Amino acid sequence: MKYIDEFRDPDLARALLGRIERRSRQPVRLMEFCGGHTHAILRYGLRTLLPDHVDLRSGPGCPVCVTANADLDRAIALAHVPGLILTTFGDMIRVPGSAHTLQDAKAAGADVRMVYSTLDALKVARVNPDRQVVFLGVGFETTAPTVAAAIAQAEAQGLENFSVLSLHKLTPPATRAILDAGEVQLQGIIGPGHVTTIIGADAWQFLPQDYGVPLAVAGFEPLDILRAVADLVDMIEEGRPGISNSYARSVSPEGNPTALSIMDQVFEVVPAEWRGLGTVPGSGLAIRPEYARFDAGRRFEVDPGPTREHRGCRCGDVLRGTVTPPQCPLFGKACTPARPIGPCMVSAEGACAAFYQFGRDPL
Amino acid sequence: MCLAVPARVETITGLQAEVEVGGVRRAVSVVLTPEVRPGDYVYVHTGYAISIVDEAEAAESLRLWAELAESYTTEELFPHMAPSSER
Repeated sequence: MKYIDEFRDPDLARALLGRIERRSRQPVRLMEFCGGHTHAILRYGLRTLLPDHVDLRSGPGCPVCVTANADLDRAIALAHVPGLILTTFGDMIRVPGSAHTLQDAKAAGADVRMVYSTLDALKVARVNPDRQVVFLGVGFETTAPTVAAAIAQAEAQGLENFSVLSLHKLTPPATRAILDAGEVQLQGIIGPGHVTTIIGADAWQFLPQDYGVPLAVAGFEPLDILRAVADLVDMIEEGRPGISNSYARSVSPEGNPTALSIMDQVFEVVPAEWRGLGTVPGSGLAIRPEYARFDAGRRFEVDPGPTREHRGCRCGDVLRGTVTPPQCPLFGKACTPARPIGPCMVSAEGACAAFYQFGRDPL
Repeated sequence: MCLAVPARVETITGLQAEVEVGGVRRAVSVVLTPEVRPGDYVYVHTGYAISIVDEAEAAESLRLWAELAESYTTEELFPHMAPSSER
């Protein structure tokens, strides 16, 4: 298919690998922020093709994974509100909160429905005018504008039975939190391609400026990722941290102004709790007071009960890049995609699920 | 979650477009890319077009990589002829 196949060309991939091998002298540890990149890197075997001294760490870029148990518990409690229909993306349905999943809630009689788009959630609200329909909003800057657009559409159409529980999060503050914590030494970051499609490559300028760390924005085909690694290696070897963009077919310096504008119209920036990172200032999106009637958090009061963490699960450490999935004692034993203990094993983008599916290399 | 796939825009009606991806036609919202035109490729994320593919940039990336591939082969075959500075 156009814009996919040509970015998987094996000859060009070999050439990029050759370049990386020739140019890379010092050991480097790079973090791919995005779970989609983790998935692609493992799927195409890039970890084993890259030189040994180029270490790739997965980051917190899996929205399902970083959702805190307290938030998951709130969503599950919401699903139990009589007469309410809870809609959300597929990955969220199997993620365990403190004790249960949305799937458990559904089995116990709650009306939980998987949707592919907020447009589907709006449709559910339209055809069920006598019921409250809540969309459980998770996702980064890629997804938040689509949810903002749905809220704006609900307002324009006077759809009063639709609301959103916003658990949306912002990626640059989380990246900053990881670097500030300093637990894992990173020489470069592979920037999330679709988040950056929205926020623009310039939004990452703080990385070279404040931290001296280069970032290479990458698409999701093997050539995109290898080119990003090649660019990072070049910038590191030359001691010139900057921003490179190997995904210019989708990413511009300034991003998508329409998406940024609707996101800002509907959401305001608030602190948010991340699994593994704790509370990160300015990293969450809450629905603005002007749109309060579309805010499920304001509309419904629920008591989710006390929060518990999953015993032995190192999903939080995986999300910070301090350990790789195989270093978790539960990985592949007590915790598998069929019986996941933590969210990193549930989501298709979760690092544990990707390592389990595509190769349990010992790194 | 941030998955997006390239799709070709066939027709546009208001803020909705019909796109073709891998032989399948789907309706997507173009509320986030109002400047889109039929024939454009867009990246589609959860039912919304989030960007219009910049065809010139796509071609340029592939051209640069092809150039790199050529230089790599030459160097491998004739290491003594490799240029002292790359790029």
